[in-house]
Formats: sequence, C-alpha cells, structure tokens
Amino acid sequence: MSDVLDRPETAADLKVVGTRPVRPDGADKVTGRATFGADFAMPGMLVGKIKRSPHAHARIVSIDTRKARAIPGVKAVVTAADFPDLASEVMEGGESASNMRDIALNCMARDKALYDGHAVAAVAATSSAAADAALAAIEVVYERLPHVIEVEAAMQADAPLLHAHLFTAGLDTPPAKASNIAARNRLARGDVDAGFMEADAIVEGRYVTAAVHQGYIEPHATVAAWGADGQCQVWSSSQGQFMVRTYCAKVLGLDSSAIRVTPAEIGGGFGGKTTVYLEPLALALSRQAGAPVKMVMTRDEVFRATGPTSGAVIEVKLGAKADGTLTAANIVLKYQAGAFPGSPVVPGTMTALACYDVANFEVTGYDVVTNSPKVAAYRAPGAPISAFGVESAMDELAIKLGMDPIALREKNAVRDGVKAAYGPTFRDIGYVETLEAIRDHPHYAAPLGPNQGRGVAVGFWFNVGGESTAAVHVNEDGTAVVVTGNPDVGGSRAAMAMMAAEVLGLTVDKVRPIVADTAAIGFSMLTGGSRTTFATGMAVTQAAQKIVADLKRRAASVWEVPIDGVEWLDGSAVCLAPGKTRGAAMTLAELAATSAKTGGPISASVSLNAQGAGPGFAAHICDVEVDPETGHVTILRYTAAQDVGRAIHPAYVEGQIHGGVAQGIGWALNEEYVFDADGRMENAGFLDYRVPVASDLPMIEAIMIEVANPRHPFGAKGVGEVPIVPPLAAVANAVRRAIGVRMTELPLSPPKIRAALDGR
Amino acid sequence: MSHIDYMAPASAEEAATALAAHGARALGGGTDLLVQLRAGRLPPGPIVDLKRIPGAIGIRREGGGFIIGAATPGMAIGENEALAAAWPGVVEATCLIGSTQIQGRASMAGNLCNASPAADSVPAMIAARATCVIVGPSGRRTIPVEAIAVGPGRTCLEAGEFVLEIRLPPRPPRSADAYLRSIPRTEMDIAVVGVGVNLTLDESGTIAEARVAIGAVGPTVVIAKDAAAALVGSKADDAALAKLDAAARAACRPISDKRGTAEFRTSIAGVLARRVATIAYERATSRP
Amino acid sequence: MSRNHVSATVNGDPVEFLSHPGATLLDALRDDLGLTGSKEGCGSGDCGACSVILDGRLVCSCLVLAAEAQGRRIETIEGMADGATLHPLQQKFLEHAALQCGFCTPGLLVAAKALLEVNPDPSESETRYWLAGNLCRCTGYDKVIRAVMDAAADMRQARVPA
Repeated sequence: MSDVLDRPETAADLKVVGTRPVRPDGADKVTGRATFGADFAMPGMLVGKIKRSPHAHARIVSIDTRKARAIPGVKAVVTAADFPDLASEVMEGGESASNMRDIALNCMARDKALYDGHAVAAVAATSSAAADAALAAIEVVYERLPHVIEVEAAMQADAPLLHAHLFTAGLDTPPAKASNIAARNRLARGDVDAGFMEADAIVEGRYVTAAVHQGYIEPHATVAAWGADGQCQVWSSSQGQFMVRTYCAKVLGLDSSAIRVTPAEIGGGFGGKTTVYLEPLALALSRQAGAPVKMVMTRDEVFRATGPTSGAVIEVKLGAKADGTLTAANIVLKYQAGAFPGSPVVPGTMTALACYDVANFEVTGYDVVTNSPKVAAYRAPGAPISAFGVESAMDELAIKLGMDPIALREKNAVRDGVKAAYGPTFRDIGYVETLEAIRDHPHYAAPLGPNQGRGVAVGFWFNVGGESTAAVHVNEDGTAVVVTGNPDVGGSRAAMAMMAAEVLGLTVDKVRPIVADTAAIGFSMLTGGSRTTFATGMAVTQAAQKIVADLKRRAASVWEVPIDGVEWLDGSAVCLAPGKTRGAAMTLAELAATSAKTGGPISASVSLNAQGAGPGFAAHICDVEVDPETGHVTILRYTAAQDVGRAIHPAYVEGQIHGGVAQGIGWALNEEYVFDADGRMENAGFLDYRVPVASDLPMIEAIMIEVANPRHPFGAKGVGEVPIVPPLAAVANAVRRAIGVRMTELPLSPPKIRAALDGR
Repeated sequence: MSHIDYMAPASAEEAATALAAHGARALGGGTDLLVQLRAGRLPPGPIVDLKRIPGAIGIRREGGGFIIGAATPGMAIGENEALAAAWPGVVEATCLIGSTQIQGRASMAGNLCNASPAADSVPAMIAARATCVIVGPSGRRTIPVEAIAVGPGRTCLEAGEFVLEIRLPPRPPRSADAYLRSIPRTEMDIAVVGVGVNLTLDESGTIAEARVAIGAVGPTVVIAKDAAAALVGSKADDAALAKLDAAARAACRPISDKRGTAEFRTSIAGVLARRVATIAYERATSRP
Repeated sequence: MSRNHVSATVNGDPVEFLSHPGATLLDALRDDLGLTGSKEGCGSGDCGACSVILDGRLVCSCLVLAAEAQGRRIETIEGMADGATLHPLQQKFLEHAALQCGFCTPGLLVAAKALLEVNPDPSESETRYWLAGNLCRCTGYDKVIRAVMDAAADMRQARVPA
C-alpha cells in the first residue's frame, strides 16, 4: 500500500501532522469522566484483596484458609493450589521476553515467598471489611530463610539461593552449581588490551544505582468476571490488553478465545504495566465466587510487589588518545532482577556504547536474582543505568583530557554508516545534530554562579516496531473512526487520528480514535518500546491508504473512468481522466452517502509487523546549584535535544521529553528503594519514596530535531524512552562540576553530597 | 479502617467523656490519624472529632498573646496577619507541614500530639514558649508545649485528655523567631532536621534572651540550652554563630534511619541553627 | 459499627449517604455518589489525586472521614465545568497538552482552581509550591505550570471591565 505516501512527506505538504490539536480524549480527562481501572464497576461485584508475605525469603510450610472461608461475606479464597503448576515457557513481549512460569509464580507464590510483599493468597468478599478480616484469618506458616538483596552480595558463591535449579546461562562452560546469577551476556569487538595500550588517558570507575519504581500515579486495578459458560471478561488498566489476555490464558490454562479484555484508561505505566499481577487472581476468585471481582492495589502494594527497575553496579574503564579518540572500553554491568530472572541488563549492555564509535570494547552483563520484587520494564529499560556509568566516565575523561565534554562526544559520535556496538549499521540517525543543538544553544554558554555546575550527557534507545492492527471505518456522513489495539498512555490516540486525517484529507476533529477490546480488533503488541506511533501509526496510515484506494475505485466507477484517472486531493476524489467528468469532484461525505450504490460500507483493516523503527538519540545539558553546607542540589536549568524523526503531535513529543527528564532527575536525586535489615521495604509510599514534585523542577526546554525516519510514512521515530537515559549522568556531571567531587552512587541525596564534601 | 465509630461532640466536656472510652482517638485535621489508621498502625477505636467544639477552630487574641484552637488548619494560621507578624517562626513552621491540601486540614495541636520528633511546628512552638490548654475528665490544665511529647508517638496525655488550644505569649519588643528545616526535596518531606530560634534583644541590639529547639535529633524535640547561651550577649556575629553551631551539634542525639544518617542530622543541626538565628536576629532588629 | 447518615452539598447539590465506619470522603464520593473523577493514588495524602475543596479549603479527600462531611460543602472535579462550558483551567490544560495519562489531572485542576481563587496572579514559583502536593509522573509539570499561569492571565483579563 504505497499509492499515496511511499516516503515521508516534506513538512510543508502536511496539513494535520505536525500541528497541535486538542487531544480527542482530553475533555473526558479534564472533567473527571474518563474511566480508569478503578473507576469501573459491575452489579454484584465483590472486593478482592491479597495476602502478602511479610518475609523477604521464606519457605511456605502451610496455608490454612478454613477460618477465612467461614467469615460471613467471604466468597472465595485462592492460593497457588488453585492455579496450574506451569512448565517453563518463554513468551516474547514488547521489548523483552518473559517466562510464563515466573509470571505465574510472581502473581502467587507456590513453595517459597521470594520477597516482602509476594502474594501468598487472595480473597473475595462482599465488603472491604470482610475481605480484610479474611486476610487476617488466613494462617500461613513460614520457615524464614536468609535473604539477599544487594546485587553483588547475591552474586557471591555462598549467597542464599533463591532458586535451587537456577544455573547461570551464557557461560563458556556450563556451571555445575546453582547460582543467583541467571545469565551472563557479552558484547565485544576488537582487541581491548591493545586498545588500552594505545590510550593516552584512562579513566576507571565503579558506579552504583538504586532500585527505582516507575511511580505511575494510578495503582493497578482490574475487574474480572468469570461466566458460567467459562467465557471471561476482564477490564483492566494495562499497557496491553492482548498481553493481559495471553498471560491470563497461560496462567489459568485457558484458551485465549475464552477471555475478552477491555482496556481501561491507563493512569501511567512507563513499562510497569507490561505484565499482570491482579488479573489472573481476580479471574480465579471470580470463578470460585461466581461473581465479578474487583481488585485495586494500595500504594504500599504497588511499591512492594510491582515494578521496580534494577539497582545495579556498573564498572567502567575507558581509554582515549590525547585528541579524545576513544581507543577501548571495558564495561561490566550487574543488575538486580528481583525474585525471578529477567533484569534489563541485556538492553543495558547493548545501549552502553551505542552513542560511541569505538574500535575495541567488551561489555559484560550479569542478570542476578535477588529477594526484592521482580523488576518490570521502566522507560528505556536498562539504558539509563549503563548510561549513568558510561556518561559519568566520559565526563571524567573530558576532565582528564582537558576537553569540552560535548566536543569529546562529537569526536567519537556514531553517524550514518557506523556499525553500532550492538550490531546493526546506523542509518538516518540524528545524533550529531542533537550534540550540535546543545553545543550551539545559549544555555551552554550562559554564565554560572558560585556552587553551580553544568553537566552534559547523551543517551540512546533502540525504539521498536512489531505487530499491530488498525482499522479505519468511514461513517455514513464521511467522518471516520480509527480503531487500534494499543492503550493510549500519553496521547497516542491524537497521533492516530492525525495520521488518518492526514491521509483521508479530513480535519482531525472528524476522526474519532478508539482503543478497542481484544474481541474488537486484531492482535497488537503492547504499548511499549516507543512503538505505538511508529508501528500502530503505520497500520493506521496503511488502513487509511486502503480507504483512499477504495474511494478512488468507487469514484472511478461512478464517473466510469479508469482508477488511475482519479486522484485523492484534500478529502475529495477528483477526476483527472479526459471526458465529460474531467474536473468533477466527490467529497468523502458524498462518497460515504452513496456507499450503498458503490459496494457497501467503507472500511479497511491492516495488520502488520512493522520493521525499521528509527533509533532515538538525545543530548542533555543540566545546571545545578549545590548548597555546600546542606548538600541539597537544586536543578536550575535543563535543556534536552532529541532526534524525534518527525513530531506527529509536537506538544506531546515535548511532553514525552519533559516527563522522561523529570523521571531521570528523580532517579538521580532522591528516588530509591530502602530495605531494612530483614529485607522489608521501608519506604513503600510517596512520602518517603520521593518522586519530584512541581517545586523541585524548572521548566525543561525540549529541542526537537527532526531527522525523518524514511521507513515510516510520516517519518516518525519513537520518542518516549530516550529522554530518561541521559539525566542521571547529566545531573551527576553537573554536581561534579559544581563541587569538584565525582559522585558515583545514586541517588545524590543531601547526606551523600554532604559526606562527599566533608571528605573533599 | 474497619470498626471505627465516629462522633462529633459539641462541647469540650462531652469530648473528654467520649475520649475516655477504650481506644478512643481525638480527630483534629486527621492528616496523621487517618494515615495511621489506614496503615493499621493504631488499634481500631472510636474517633472523636474535635472540630465542632466551640473554639476548636479559630485564632483569638488575649492579653497580648494568641490563642489558637486545636483544630485550626495551617492555612488559616498562615492567613492570620497579626499572628504571622508577631510569631513569624511559628507560622512558617506550621505552614511547612505537608502540601497545600494538608494545610487545609493539619493543625498545630495535631502536629504536637502526634508526638513525632520531626514535627515542624513543635520546635518553633517550644522556642516561642508556647503552652497548651488540656481538657480532660478531671478538668483543665495548662502545660508547656515541650511537656506533651514524652517519646516518639507517645504523649503525657491521660485517658480522656486532649489539647483544646495552643497559647502563644505576648511578644516583647525587639524580639522575633524563625524556623528552618532540611528536607531532601523542596516540599512534601518530613524534616530530617528542624530548628526553631526565638530571640529578644536589648536596646543596644545585643541578644538578651534566646531559646533554641531542634527537631528530629532525638526521641523528642531537643531544647538546646548551651546553643541559646552561645547567642546571649552577642549580636549574632560570626563568633557567636560558630559557638551556636558547635553547641547545637553537641545537643543532638539522633538516630540513623531511612531519612538521614546521625552524622548528617548532627552536622545540619549546626548549619540550620546558624541560619535560623541569623534570620531571627534580623527580624528582631527591625522591630523597635 | 453503626453507619452515620450524612447530608452534605456536593457541587451545589444536596446529597445524602450512609457512611461506612472508617470510610473516607473519597470512598463516599467514588463508591456512594458515583463521582469517580477524584482518584486514589496513595490513600495517604501524598499525591493529591483526590483533591477536593471542602468548605472553601483545598483538602485530600482520602484524609477526610466521610462522616466529617455532615453539613459541609464539597466541590469536586465534576462540578468544575459550567455545564458543557469548560472552566478556563480545563480549557488551558487541553490547549497546552498539560496532561498525558490524565490520572492526576482532576486533582491538579481542583488544586489550581483553589490557587487562583486566593491568588489570581501567581508567580511560577508560587504555582509550583502550591501544586507541590499534586504528583504528576508524566509531564514533568512544565506544561501544567504553563497552563495554570496562562489560565490565570486569561481569567484576570476577563475580570477587567472593557
């Protein structure tokens, strides 16, 4: 389907794409009418709640639910015994693979509780009070086991083992002994030792990041109804209704056709809603109770049992010639996976050197299980962590060489035709343009005061494509409906409507985009990997193009001219063929009104597996001021340049940049999981898990560099993830320049800064 | 939060009777109480709402001082210009508690009776020599604010007793107070350290009387007498501030916890004491 | 364990409900009155998603007992627009793209409305501190602050007699 657009249009040709219309779901969201996960209700609905392990690591000796079942109003109690004991089976997800057995065991512990907050039983009752009483009445006998949370401690040979049958994958010789190291992965090129021999300057550092949570404001919520005929319905807030369907089917041993999942409005995900926690439990409870069950997590549960991303140790050694040319890099990444394998260390490894053209390198990653919640994807999973180490080390290198930090990055920048450290050859990238944009920005030359410093850092994210379905239906009056299967987390419905409107020649207010349930649209991978505007947008565009082709055919038949004698211009079929109808035009509304005579309803659907997502690059500048007496860091100014391909809706592209930067600043300054000596999370709430508040941040200047992606009809690249990659190091580098001390451990909280200053 | 009965008595005496019941809790703004009930940190019991008692909400002047009703929200305290002019430190400390939303509910008396060593308004009240009127089954008594908390989360209040009002004394000439705290963010955090200072100058501008109270550096707010003594007789010059810093640090007996290390708390107590004393001194010198 | 009968005014309309023991005003709004625009993000007063105006004061409805609402006047997000006409703040949030997921948006709008009622001309810093109790994880606050200040400017303009 390439008869309308076979390559990105120039911006001047576009009427809708690149403008800033009000989003189609906006009015509902500013008036409180939008229905999020917890807002949905059904008649006869029960309240479902979860009993969670108070221990970081314990054998479950027994669970006695008899007293709980006897409580008036309690309709169902489930434990792992109510779920099939699955075999190991790896499923490919949006940007990472998941083992279904691990997902099932994370939803409900079977033999061992592996972290504080791990679900061990669930109940459904007619009231919240009865459900609470049932939870209290469930008797669980635990045998406490030694626990391990810190990543390097978990890697020790004598560390407490989480899984007796976990053997390190990826080693040269298969291990004889079980280990918490689930896997080792490695990327290498050239001769690293020779590269360091060539170097005039070498920097080495060990960097540490804390586990941090995605911090979406909407807690997980679902309503599940198991029908007497075995047909199930689920309403839930997630990043993918098809993901929910697949995972529920697997965890419960059902056919996908038995489960219909309707996506609620989603109150933020950032990767954290790319798996299931509640839905299979709600279904199991509903089956037992014979009534719909609603489950909504508390904030405490969100922190203790969902997300986060890995705490990590990053060891970096870089070598460069006196002119700044990198000669070698050796990087070791150790990432917490939480209770089950699957940290984002692989993308961490692949992105670590993605911005640099370096001949000799070795990057080794370790995926390590720990007695903490199983990590979930978080915005550019793994990349901010490795970038914190590499970009801090690059700053040290710049200082050691006496070079400007942007110039050092320009010297080693990847460009079109360079083979990326992770394999493919870059094409149509706009990385150098982002470096030039910050270098030439007034921010970079602005004067700094006492105790102030300016940091620079860069970042990379792959962006993905993948499987999507879209349908476009023309209504009887010539307006249109766009149907997709991707939950809209940050305004993607607007982008879908805009792309369809652009192709159809409608104004965007004539196009109503909806996100459909799993029975109403074809399969679509979840919203993640910055794929929706790219991949689902491609499906929408192609469906609209199919509509246009159909409309041209219909007009040609009315005019009795060949199809190639009809053009689609500004929302009308125009006859260019010689004859008496030459110059005639039929609007979309006219064609729609007469559709019964030209072949019936006007509708098209496209399913595709989108390839050719353009990678994203970003270059950030951060100014800080450090109070030398209290150690408090103030972010004074922030500028973020990013290659966005083409901004479909520039305001929401800026919004993605703002949001990613803010999360990165939180990660840098204050966010962290704090565990007590028994491995219980001490700060499972927004009081002491400190996400940035409005007064913590300045305005964030977003610079959109538009280097179009030729593999997308409008040139789009994913934009949502790369903005969180540079800020950790941008902030740390600014602090280094302000106080003269390299801070190597996040978060850069006041006690750490003050201690560093005292030791200066 | 199950099994909670709610009552809103219309007099202090009725409230005292209701509060004498086993497990009863006084409700002012509720910003601590509801969080603790929900987290299961308190046993369920009857909730006695104080807000319908005459005088429980509002600020009035008496004998040159101020009487602040126990359930008066922080926002109302911040809006009272006379109070803010007389006791800027107490008001700024109270208005630092939580968000705008919390300010719509949270009260000084609640902050006091929650008995957290990190309560923002308490060091400022103690520095100000505030007192509180306690009502109970056996009548009324007035005690200094510093007598309320006896340990983290524990007060000296007997069964049925509650704080009805906070009293701030008349403001002598050439005197002023100030409060600062250290938190990781710019808002929304519990104080890692908080320092209140109240000063009175003589006619030459020399500090004649000083009181320094430090929060979050011990099980209850610490009254740092040596720190106050370091200021008396000085004009808050660098030498006096250095002595104040050292004395404030020496008065600290902090713990290390998720919010800060003992070393950090101690060192910041000295920094804040200096900064707060400087602000209070400047304010006092501008008041004839 | 008795339930309290509560009569209150919500968005100008009289309402009555039976408050469950321990239920919060947020529970009553969402579960008893069907007003689900106020959201629960934390249940501890730390996120502001449940912000409502109670007798003229901005509060977290998760930290108010439902029983306390007796005789009180409550304003929620559902009462912000005038019929089909959006409040200037709602309109500016749309124009500035000041929402992404939209979950914190009702609370932010109610809090911003309370701000402009006491301070029609807030500085950026005043706006940021006033809204510090409303967590937003999507926007980095940039467009939110711009939308509030732009709405304030428009509302000031509207008050000036022509």
